[in-house]
Amino acid sequence: MTDGHTQATHGDAHVEGQQHPLGVYFKIWIWLFVLSAGSYAVDYFHVESYLRWTLILIFMMAKAGLIVAVFMHMVWERLALIYAILAPPVFVLVFVALMTSESGYTFLTRTIFFSGAS
Amino acid sequence: MSDTTATGTAHPTARPGGMDGFVADWASDQRAFKGVPWGKAMMWIFLLSDTFIFSCFLLSYMTVRMSTTVDWPNPSEVFALSFGGEPIPLILIAIMTFILITSSGTMALAVNFGYRKNRKVTAILLVITAIFGATFVGMQAFEWSKLIADGVRPWGNPMGAPQFGATFFMITGFHGFHVSVGVLFLLIVARKVLKGEYDRGDKGYFTSRPGNYEHVESMGLYWHFVDLVWVFIFAFFYLW
Repeated sequence: MTDGHTQATHGDAHVEGQQHPLGVYFKIWIWLFVLSAGSYAVDYFHVESYLRWTLILIFMMAKAGLIVAVFMHMVWERLALIYAILAPPVFVLVFVALMTSESGYTFLTRTIFFSGAS
Repeated sequence: MSDTTATGTAHPTARPGGMDGFVADWASDQRAFKGVPWGKAMMWIFLLSDTFIFSCFLLSYMTVRMSTTVDWPNPSEVFALSFGGEPIPLILIAIMTFILITSSGTMALAVNFGYRKNRKVTAILLVITAIFGATFVGMQAFEWSKLIADGVRPWGNPMGAPQFGATFFMITGFHGFHVSVGVLFLLIVARKVLKGEYDRGDKGYFTSRPGNYEHVESMGLYWHFVDLVWVFIFAFFYLW
């Protein structure tokens, strides 16, 4: 987790940078293709209902995780940066919960209104 | 206390890692993000704010989709494309997804070759990334024209819930704008790399600080973020 950070190059000492073997990127690249093909297959083969939503979310989180972790070099950063960037978006889930309840209420009132009940 | 200055990487191994490092880095008046150039930290913070913008878009999409009493149009059929035979569901979107992932890969390689100071390969990879990005925007323009021809408008459409058009144009439009801006900056960075401005440390357009190959990595962060947002749009808008 910690020591992936190297001085970028021979010489220029004030340049800080992430330098990793190319093989890592190619491996992740192939995985992203496989996972994308997987999520497309969910639609292509008409997987429905809970299995569909579960698979979509799994493929989505796997892809997002790989991109952030490796392509954006997050696994090699220190925890100070990781927490500063990745913790705040978690609170979006609170917003999701709020709006789920709100839209359920809107749906209910609309159903009552459009059915003509007073 | 030797490691509290702006160049906090003189002894990267001298500081604790893990949770101890987290506490120590944030604990006192010092540079919090050790070993991260300021430009890169700022790019991350910008991306965090952008995350919230796209979160709000996707949340409003979720809210209108959950609260509408009219059936939501089936994206699998709306975005189907026929190449002479049976329409293939979502095929254009799938191709766009693969194009964006490919461009993310070339971008990651460009960052790597940038730190190796391989100017030619870095510039070529950046231009290839830009070409993939432009292709993506082109396909999105095609998709928009097709939907507009089919009668989809922000206020209604023949297939079902009127909110479909509003959220579609808003979300994909904002993402497409991000891609377009990214393409522009990719070309600017490629030009700077090719001219050796990062080797000489020339000043940038808006700053008196010398430029260096960290810019390529910050550019990469932005580009991967655009790909990342597409992962969520693809899952929630097109597949759900």
